Amino acid sequence: MSGFATLFRKELLRFWKVAFQTIAAPVLTSLLYLVIFAQALEGRIQVYERIPYTVFLLPGLVMMSVLQNAFANSSSSIAQSKITGNILFVLLPPISHVEFFVAYISAAIVRGLAVGLGVLLVGLWFVPVSLVAPLWVLCFAILGSALLGALGIVAGVWADKFDQLAVFQNFIIMPLTFLSGVFYSIHSLPPVWQTLSHANPFFYMIDGFRYGFFGVSDVSPVLSLGVVAGALAIVSAVTLRMLSSGYKLRA
Amino acid sequence: MPVRTCGSGFDGGCVSAAIEIRNVEKNYGSLRALDGVSLSIEEGEFFGLLGPNGAGKTTLISTVAGLVRPGAGSVSILGADVVRDYRTARRRLGVVPQELVFDPFFTVRETLRLQSGYFGLRRNDDWIDEVMANLDLTSKADANMRALSGGMKRRVLVAQALVHRPPVIVLDEPTAGVDVELRQGLWKFIRRLNVEGHTIVLTTHYLDEAESLCGRIGMLKGGRLIALDSTQNLLKKFSGLSLVIGLDNPESLPPELAARVSARENGRITVRLGNYLELEGLLADLRKSGISIREFELQPPDLEEVFMGLMAGK
Repeated sequence: MSGFATLFRKELLRFWKVAFQTIAAPVLTSLLYLVIFAQALEGRIQVYERIPYTVFLLPGLVMMSVLQNAFANSSSSIAQSKITGNILFVLLPPISHVEFFVAYISAAIVRGLAVGLGVLLVGLWFVPVSLVAPLWVLCFAILGSALLGALGIVAGVWADKFDQLAVFQNFIIMPLTFLSGVFYSIHSLPPVWQTLSHANPFFYMIDGFRYGFFGVSDVSPVLSLGVVAGALAIVSAVTLRMLSSGYKLRA
Repeated sequence: MPVRTCGSGFDGGCVSAAIEIRNVEKNYGSLRALDGVSLSIEEGEFFGLLGPNGAGKTTLISTVAGLVRPGAGSVSILGADVVRDYRTARRRLGVVPQELVFDPFFTVRETLRLQSGYFGLRRNDDWIDEVMANLDLTSKADANMRALSGGMKRRVLVAQALVHRPPVIVLDEPTAGVDVELRQGLWKFIRRLNVEGHTIVLTTHYLDEAESLCGRIGMLKGGRLIALDSTQNLLKKFSGLSLVIGLDNPESLPPELAARVSARENGRITVRLGNYLELEGLLADLRKSGISIREFELQPPDLEEVFMGLMAGK
């Protein structure tokens, strides 16, 4: 077993050992969103023709959970290891910065998909949703969680304390996620906000993911795929450069 | 120039040294942590790296471990450069860090298995069991790291450094804050590894440990290597004998003898001697002055004296 495989396994064990906190809790949170929004808005808002609001909402909630948990996995693991000092155990062995990157990204994808699947399965009890194009769903879930996993590495390496990590999470990730069209279609927004939404890569992740369920989306899924893949390539390049330079890891 | 040996090296080839440090410099802002340190530690040595807090010991060890990137100079482990050939270098090195760090998610055995895996080792349980047995960790194998005492956590750190059987082992103050029993057990095990051919580099604040364990010692001060020699030579060069004499009337010493007294306490004086030959002359001078000796004790040189002298710039 190479260093990469062990680091990947360790990252899986790390969240699996506290699965109540890392999987069950976010599933419950998303379920609460679903129940409350369904109660408050069902029948009052129609986003797409013939698609009830709660049916529209569920894929967005699933993708939001995927993204937030992928980010949380890599960012909290690295920040915690750095702050407690046990990152040393990963820095001393012959593990390259590419192996380090791929191991943390892969674990973030697994955690994101696990939580997303949990939200979807529980949501299906309440909301009947069918998959029109499951490959698009899988594709956006994997690319989106990889992108957020990479951003999580950047945040975890950058943060010197949990407070700084919370700033990254609450002032960057959360607003971009909530303003991405999880709860609405951007066509219902004023033109200025529609334009701004098109500059938000999270919008393309949610919209492309939702296309896989309904076969309908605000923009073409091919465009969304291009934007998400491009964003992933840019963030990955920045992250790899940062890891290669030893920024905040190797003084 | 470092000694080169061929055919007897770790990989059977030619190697310069277990650790070769060449003109290493490191600055943290305006602080010069390492100021052109060069040092060659040969295979099989038990080497002590001493210095006061802030001397640069941990920075130097971190540079050797690849945790700190030097501003200038280079470091190699058994010929493998720690930057260019980091995979080989890191496989040859085991480091016991100074800080008591651990991963709270895992048990002792899981921790050691993961550490093995990071070095690409599968099915390493036999060696893990042996290391745990030697460090009295077997009964704690399935205990979570959080549940261990400080001393036990320190043992796990030592075990983690050894799981991949590194030929070069660096211990950064491994006995800081641990009980006597662990210190003795740990040194017994480390001595055995040294006898079996492992190169050991030790930093410690316990100078008696360094004196009894290390064959050669380097002393750092302000990021510079200010002394490097065998322990015996350092003791000979920088230290001498101390003669503690109990006198009935220490105030009656003639001026030429009083000038040689380095300490006075409870009717006892301490006189520094360069060697054993000076002893007879001193006793004869005391007898000639009519001073009666109540008791005397000859103290051998110790490293603490050498250390204090060098740090004071003597």
